[in-house]
Amino acid sequence: MAVRKLAPENMQPGSFVLSPETEAFADKEIAKYPPGRQASAVIALLTKAQEQAGGWLPRKAIEAVAAKLDMPDIRVMEVATFYTMFNLEPVGKYFIQFCGTTPCVLRGAGDIKRVLERRIGDQNHVTPDGTFSWLEVECLGACSNAPMVQINDDYYEDLTTENFETLLDDLAAGRPVHVGSQIGRNRSEPFEGVNTLLDPALYDGSVVGAWRKRFEEQAKAETGEAAAAVASVPQDGKAAKPPSGRATETDAADTPAKRAKEGERPISHTDQKEAADPSKATKVEPKEAGAQPAPQSGKSYVATPKKEGEAVPASPTTPEAGKPPSKAKGRRDGSESKPGVTVDKDNKSS
Amino acid sequence: MAKIIVDGVEVDVPVEYTLLQAAEAAGAEIPRFCYHERLSIAGNCRMCLVEVKGAPKPVASCAWGVRDCRPGPNGEPPEISTKSPTVKKAREGVMEFLLINHPLDCPICDQGGQCDLQDQAMAYGVDTSRYHENKRAVADKYLGPLVRTSMNRCIHCTRCVRFTAEVAGVPDLGALWRGEDMEITSYLERALGSELQANVADLCPVGALTHKPESFHFRPWELTKTDSVDVMDAVGSAIRVDSRGREVMRILPRVNEAVNEEWITDKTRQIVDGLRLQRLDRPFVRENGRLRPATWQEAFATIASRVKGTDPKRVGAIVGDLAAVEEMYALKLLMESLGVTNIDARQDGSLLSPVYGRGSYIFNSTIAGIEDADAILTVGSNPRIEASLVNVRIRKRWRMAPPPIGMIGEHADLTYPYDYLGAGPETLAELAAGRHSFIEKLRAAERPLVIVGQGALSRPDGLAVLSAAAQLARDVGAVKDGWNGFSVLQTAASRVGALDLGLVPGEWGLNAQTMAQGEVDVLFNLGADEIDIAPGAFVIYQGTHGDRGAHRADVILPAATYTEKSGTYVNTEGRVQLANRAAFAPGEAREDWAILRALSDVLGHRLPFDSLNALRAKLYSHYPHFAAIDTIQPADGFAAIQALANIGGTLGREAFASPVKDFYLTNPIARASGVMAECSALARSLKLEAAE
Repeated sequence: MAVRKLAPENMQPGSFVLSPETEAFADKEIAKYPPGRQASAVIALLTKAQEQAGGWLPRKAIEAVAAKLDMPDIRVMEVATFYTMFNLEPVGKYFIQFCGTTPCVLRGAGDIKRVLERRIGDQNHVTPDGTFSWLEVECLGACSNAPMVQINDDYYEDLTTENFETLLDDLAAGRPVHVGSQIGRNRSEPFEGVNTLLDPALYDGSVVGAWRKRFEEQAKAETGEAAAAVASVPQDGKAAKPPSGRATETDAADTPAKRAKEGERPISHTDQKEAADPSKATKVEPKEAGAQPAPQSGKSYVATPKKEGEAVPASPTTPEAGKPPSKAKGRRDGSESKPGVTVDKDNKSS
Repeated sequence: MAKIIVDGVEVDVPVEYTLLQAAEAAGAEIPRFCYHERLSIAGNCRMCLVEVKGAPKPVASCAWGVRDCRPGPNGEPPEISTKSPTVKKAREGVMEFLLINHPLDCPICDQGGQCDLQDQAMAYGVDTSRYHENKRAVADKYLGPLVRTSMNRCIHCTRCVRFTAEVAGVPDLGALWRGEDMEITSYLERALGSELQANVADLCPVGALTHKPESFHFRPWELTKTDSVDVMDAVGSAIRVDSRGREVMRILPRVNEAVNEEWITDKTRQIVDGLRLQRLDRPFVRENGRLRPATWQEAFATIASRVKGTDPKRVGAIVGDLAAVEEMYALKLLMESLGVTNIDARQDGSLLSPVYGRGSYIFNSTIAGIEDADAILTVGSNPRIEASLVNVRIRKRWRMAPPPIGMIGEHADLTYPYDYLGAGPETLAELAAGRHSFIEKLRAAERPLVIVGQGALSRPDGLAVLSAAAQLARDVGAVKDGWNGFSVLQTAASRVGALDLGLVPGEWGLNAQTMAQGEVDVLFNLGADEIDIAPGAFVIYQGTHGDRGAHRADVILPAATYTEKSGTYVNTEGRVQLANRAAFAPGEAREDWAILRALSDVLGHRLPFDSLNALRAKLYSHYPHFAAIDTIQPADGFAAIQALANIGGTLGREAFASPVKDFYLTNPIARASGVMAECSALARSLKLEAAE
């Protein structure tokens, strides 16, 4: 976690008054809680105050929220300092939250970070014109479109150094920008075109119950055990949980199949033909004759020698059979950094 | 009640007990840092882990209830283990984590020798560290003149945060940031604004918060510990006086559930430097307008020459706020033998008197009884500064389930909300006449409590106010079988003892105010420093500090403070308590009763005792209740309230004002203390800031 601190005194505004809009919002939030529990609205109010103050929380804003909620200043300060979403130092007009978690890094977030460092400078540092500042944050949950950043309230995904530079240029120049994927992808759909779940039958209701129907047909043909098995299956499907009172089935407003029907994207002819085969609910490729499953091992990872007879180099910590781990050669016990200290590994003396 | 097996011992405990309490009931000791029985449960130190049979992991016993435990498969009581190898290993793991960032500075840490972490590390610590990363470093915080911080040592138990928020009622401290970066601090490092703040340093299980005034002065094992009672206010908190040689080094609270639980005020604790500054260490005699050091013989001879030629009607005695029962008794006997009836222990002009019965001047409900009250009315009192620990009890009662609390008097922040009814006697009259809406709440209550403070009584119409309050208490049923809710809150430690002894003017006697205004020729002043004595009279001051009384004196007899003598004190509840001697008085100063005994010899009226034991034997034969240490002689509530209600009188118009103007400077010891002066200045600046 980045080191956070309060903004220095010379950056703090002299006063902060909740705007009428914030006040109205605050009253609405406070009304959600029972009387006397108005402190529950503190996060909502801090968020709104941060919005009003230009993306960060000056000390006076924290005090204003505390006064509004009749809380001690320190209690509000505790909340404001706990959550990293509250900025305690000024941010740029465009506050970039750059995702630096594994999926984004695997998809090239390092390059995006270098762009940020080159164009804006260090984290928590506002450019002299006040336009940009950035902060590395943990996963923002748009991993399928990695790498991505959040700028103020919006996500910008599928970044490359080129389109990110363009994005920053556009923002700096005040030109309109496209929110979301920067390569024209719709949400998190496959960017080269839809290629799964294309069968229109999946969406017209015709496959509902198809599996059972086929199973019953097969059972009819056979007798004995299989028929008994079918008989034991409860005929009236019973919900696993009582109905919640909401509609359980809704029309998907925007599905790939619907768009496909509207002719928006072409679906390959072979796919269509296969999907239209009513005898199959799912398509199963016939297995190649003689294909063997890989040999199973109890271990999740087994180092495989590249050549016959070539031994795997043993790691210093690899346990050797018949030897307690504490006797292992590579085990560190702190004595390495203290010459002349012998460590009683077995703790025999005590 | 529920049965539970702790380490094979079956105990029967209330279901609301936690496992930690159940284990203690079974005699098993559980280490802990964050858990404190008077604070809410935090469960964040994890040191109290125990093994519960059937639970997959060790559980924090401080936060796991007995009622949360499942019985065994055949209905056996739940079983926990506090000594198993798993438990030991788990606690060692916790300890290792706690020590990861804890500096190894025990040799320079004031907590050394009284440190929970140090003690428990002896049991659960390991001797080497497996931690090779950088340790965290935290900047020290400023928390005011009483608490020194060393935040590297903090283990984030949050006891201090919970104490200030829950007990002191001043939410100043908080934990900012999160995780490894968490820091305990006050908002913008402002000084703590509580009169109980130094207790956080007692609560701190490590050396992160220590007492600033006494830091680096001693090691705890060098000190001699003496149990005593506090005299800074009339609560009579149980304290332990730690001394080294002749010097008192520090004062700590003792547990007394009936009085102070385990808290004491900052004044009680940090007055220590006042005990050695500005002390009177030899007799003085005024010659040609200047005081000069003298011998005891000279001083006594000077007194004798003045007293012998004076009409007893023109001789008087005033008793101060810190006097113990023994010397007041000796003074009373001496004055009686001289034929003097001008004697008064009420230097503040209060009109309480033993003629209305003991129930008319003690805190009848008792301090612990506040927790049973279901409606509270304070009249002319600011309990927060007059008797902070009474205020803590009221706050404790308020936290259990807020009762209606009404207040007549000065506006004040009492740390809990209350209905402000009015400023002066007219509101009391309105209430007594049933014209105020709050009366309904008092009437509806089963055990209403009416607290009358000195602000309502130390005024010309004090008796009328007391009478009106008594009428009100009687009308709302505050005095009934098993409950006496008419309570007078005293501010002086000596007052109840003095009233028990009858130290009020006798027939045709003059009261303290009249005596001080020059109606007597010889005035014996036993440590009364809160009263201005007009020029003219020959004043004999027997006291401890060069304060107001000594400046006006013609003869000064140096005496011993409460830590330097064995004395009986009666607190505002009427509880008789014994203060023990922890050190010796400086120089030629002597214990008060011995000075009076020696003086009586010179005056030709030798008092009939030669030792403290003989004095006490005589005292106990006259006033047997003083022999019952730590108990309260119950007063006849019905008679007292009837007597008070019958006084009547005309109420004045002036608003009630608390007699305590500055909490930190209420007596000569406090005024001599540099720490108290600093606290007082800080409190004044905070008040100014708040007023802006």
